[in-house]
Amino acid sequence: MDTLASLADGFAVALTWQNLSLALMGCLLGTIMGALPGLGPSNGVAILIPLAFSLGLGATPALILLTAVYYGAMYGGRISSILLNIPGDEPAMMTCLDGYPMAQQGRAGEALALSGIASFVGSFFATWGLVLLAPQLVKVALLFGPAEYFALFTLAFATLGGIASTNQAKAAFAAALGLGLAMIGVDAQTGVTRFTFGEVHLYDGIDFLVAIVGLFALSEVFVFLEHRSTDADGDTGKKMEIGKLYPSWSMIKSCIPTMGRTTILGFLAGVLPGAGASLGSFIAYSSEKRICDRDGTFGKGDPRGVAAPETGNNAAAGGALVPMLALGVPGSGTTAVLLAVLLSLNITPGPLLFTQNPDVVWGLIAALFIGNFMLLALNIPMVGLFTRVLLVPPRILMPVVAMISFVGIYGISGSSFDLMVMVAFGVLGWVLRKLEVPLVPVILGTLLGNAMEANLRRAVSISNGDWFTLADSWLSIGIWLVAIVGFILPIFLGRVFRKKMDDEYEKELSD
Amino acid sequence: MIIRTFIATSFAALCATSALAQDFQPESPECIAPANPGGGWDFTCRQVGKTLQDLGLIPGTMQVVNMAGGSGGVAFAEVVNKRSDDQDLIVAASSATATRLAQGAFPGNTADDVRWLASVGADYGVIAVAADSEIDDLPELMEIIRNDPTSIAIGGGSAVGGWDHLKVLMAAQKAGVEDVRRVKYIAFEGGGEAVTQLLGGSLQAFTGDLSEAHGFMASGDIRVIALLAPERLEGEYADLPTAKEQGIDAVGANWRGFYVPGDTSDEAYDYWASAVSEMYASDEWQTVMQTNGLAPLDLQGDEFDAFVKSSITEIEDLSREIGIIR
Repeated sequence: MDTLASLADGFAVALTWQNLSLALMGCLLGTIMGALPGLGPSNGVAILIPLAFSLGLGATPALILLTAVYYGAMYGGRISSILLNIPGDEPAMMTCLDGYPMAQQGRAGEALALSGIASFVGSFFATWGLVLLAPQLVKVALLFGPAEYFALFTLAFATLGGIASTNQAKAAFAAALGLGLAMIGVDAQTGVTRFTFGEVHLYDGIDFLVAIVGLFALSEVFVFLEHRSTDADGDTGKKMEIGKLYPSWSMIKSCIPTMGRTTILGFLAGVLPGAGASLGSFIAYSSEKRICDRDGTFGKGDPRGVAAPETGNNAAAGGALVPMLALGVPGSGTTAVLLAVLLSLNITPGPLLFTQNPDVVWGLIAALFIGNFMLLALNIPMVGLFTRVLLVPPRILMPVVAMISFVGIYGISGSSFDLMVMVAFGVLGWVLRKLEVPLVPVILGTLLGNAMEANLRRAVSISNGDWFTLADSWLSIGIWLVAIVGFILPIFLGRVFRKKMDDEYEKELSD
Repeated sequence: MIIRTFIATSFAALCATSALAQDFQPESPECIAPANPGGGWDFTCRQVGKTLQDLGLIPGTMQVVNMAGGSGGVAFAEVVNKRSDDQDLIVAASSATATRLAQGAFPGNTADDVRWLASVGADYGVIAVAADSEIDDLPELMEIIRNDPTSIAIGGGSAVGGWDHLKVLMAAQKAGVEDVRRVKYIAFEGGGEAVTQLLGGSLQAFTGDLSEAHGFMASGDIRVIALLAPERLEGEYADLPTAKEQGIDAVGANWRGFYVPGDTSDEAYDYWASAVSEMYASDEWQTVMQTNGLAPLDLQGDEFDAFVKSSITEIEDLSREIGIIR
C-alpha cells in the first residue's frame, strides 16, 4: 500500500497544467520523431534536452517532457513501418513484417489502430510492473552474467529461422552478414581495430540507424527508380486502399492472449540492461510466431504479428527504466540519454534514488501513466490522418523519403561519411531484395552481434578459457534448452506441416 | 606628420588589440561532446555550458554538439582538420582522450595539434569489491593476484588498454606483481554495467571512477578498498583509504576538461580560460562537483597544457611497458 500512496503523491506532483501541457507537447513531438525514419527515441530525447534546459524547467517537469517524448517515439516508430515498410526506429523493425502486408491489403487503418492499442497495453502494464516490481526486478538483472546473456542472444538467433523468409538458408546468410557487419570497428575487449581500413569514422562501428535507413528506406527508393524506368507510367500498380479505420472487436479479442504474453516477455527483455527494446520486440514476435502461427499467416498480414512486436517493444521501454532508475545502468540507448539528463539535474540514479528523491521517481512514473493515456487518445483519432500518406503517389512520396533519410541521418551525426555509408547500405538492400534475402536478420545481426560477442568473450575470459562456463548455471541451461528446442522443433514440425498442407492442397484439387 | 600618423595608428591598433582582449565574445558558443549523449564528455559539456550560462559568463546558450566516433577520434580529427580556427568552440576531454593520444589511437593526430584549455575537476580512481567479499584491503587483493592471477576477474568500463585498465595495472605494478599482463581485466560498456556484474558475482573486483562507484557505495552494495588519490578526500569520502596509505603508491585521476582548436587566438584562449576559471571558483560549480563526486583539479592555460602533456608521456611509458603499444 505504501507504493500506491507514493504513486498518488506522484500524481499530485505531475497533475498540474504546466506538466500536462508539457506531456502533451512531448507526446506529439515524440510521435512525429518516431515516425520519421532515422530519428528514433534516443535522438528525439537528445534533441529536446536543450529545450528543457532553456525553458528553465525543474527536475520533474523536464523529466515529464522527455519521457513523454520517449514513449511517444516508441509509439510513432510503427507508423512508417506499417505505411511505408520503413521502420521509424530499431524496435519498430519487426512491425514491418506483418504491418506492411496488412497495409497492402488495404487494412492500414486497422493495423495502425491495433498497434496503437498494443503499444498502450504493453507500456501500461510495463509501467505497473515498474511500480510494483522495480526493487525485485533488480535481482533478476543481477542473475544475468555474461554467460547468461550469451545464451539469451543465441536464443534470439536460434529462433530466427523462418522469420520474414520462407528460405531458412537465406535468413541464415542474412544474419551472418549482419554479424559480420557488427564486427567492424574497435574491438572493445582489446582495443584493436577490425575492418576499419584506417578510417576513423568506422572506429565505433556501423551505426544501426544508418544501416536501417539505408537498407529499408533507400533501397525502397532504388526499387521504385528501377521500376520507374521500365514502367512507362511510373506507377507500379501499387494502388493502396485505406479500408476500415478501426479494427473489429473480434480482431482485438484474438490479439489479447498475444498482448498478454508479449507484455511479459518484452518487459523482462527491457529489464536486462544488455538486451533492450529491440530484443524485446524481436523475441515477442518470434515467440508468438512459434505459439500461434498454425496456418502460416505470420508475415502475410496477421494482426497478431502487428500486436506482438508493438506490445513487446513498448513493454521493454517501460522495463528499461527499471535498471536505469534502480541501478543507474541504462538498458537502452534512450535510457542512457535520460540517465544523462538526470545527472545534469543533479539527481544520481542508483540504489538510493527511491529513498533520496521519491518525488522525482514517483512524479516520473505518474508522468508515464499520463503520457500513455494521452498517446492512446492522440493516436487512435489520428489514424485517419496518418493513412492519407498512402494516397500520396510514389513519385512524390519517394523523393520525400529520400530527403528525410538524408536530412535525418545528417542531423544526427553531422557527418557526410555516414551519408555515404547509408547509400552503400541502400545499394546493398536493393541487391538483397533482388536476391530475395530478408533484410531484418541483417539488422538483427548488426544490432545484437557486438553485445553477443562481448558477452561470450567476457564469459570465457572470466573462466580462464573454460567453455563449459556457458552452461554453468540453471538459468543458462534453461535458456539453452529453449534455444535448442526453438531451433530444432520447427525443422521437424515444418516438415509435418508442409506435408499436411500438401495433402490438403491435393485434396482440394481432387475435390 | 608621418610620425604623428604612425603613433595615432599604432595607438589605435593597440586600443583595438586590448579591446579585443577584453571584449572577445563568442558569437555562438559551442561545445563538442565527442560521444553520444549520456556519457562523461556529454555531461562535461552540458553541465559546464549550463553553469557558464547561469553565471552569465558566456553570452546566450552553449550549444552542445555530440560528435561520436573513434572514442573521441572523429571529433579530434574534425577540430584539427576542419575547424582549427573556430574561436567559439571548446571540446570536452578527459584522461581517456590523453590515453588514446598516448597510444596513437587517433591516427595522424597528436596532443600538439590542439590547445589544452582547462580542467574542471578530477574523478579519482577506485578499486572496489562487493560488500560481502572476503577481501579486506588492496594489499590482500594484490597478494591473491600475485599468487594466482586467474582467480580474480576485475571489471571496468573502458576497453583493454583504457584508463580503467591502466589504473589497476599501475596499482599491480606498484604492489610488486611481476607480469602485469596476466592480470585478468574484463571490459564492459560503462562502469555501471561492471558494478552490476560485480554484484551478480561474475567479477571479484571493480576498477572505475569514484563517481561511478558513489551510488553503490552509499547504498552499501560495494566496498571501496582503495582510492587512487594522493591523500584522503574530505567530507563524505573521508573514510575511503588511499592506496598510498596501504603501501601501494598508485595515483590515478581521471581529469575532466577541455581543449580548443590549434589556431585559437590568444585573446579567445584567454577568454575561455578565464571564463572556465571563474566558473570553477563559483559556489554553483562547487555544488556540482560535490554531487557528482568530482575532486578538485584546478588548472588553466599553460599549466593545464603542461599537465596534459606530462600525463600523456606517463601513459605512453606504462603502455609500452605492459605491451599495449610497441
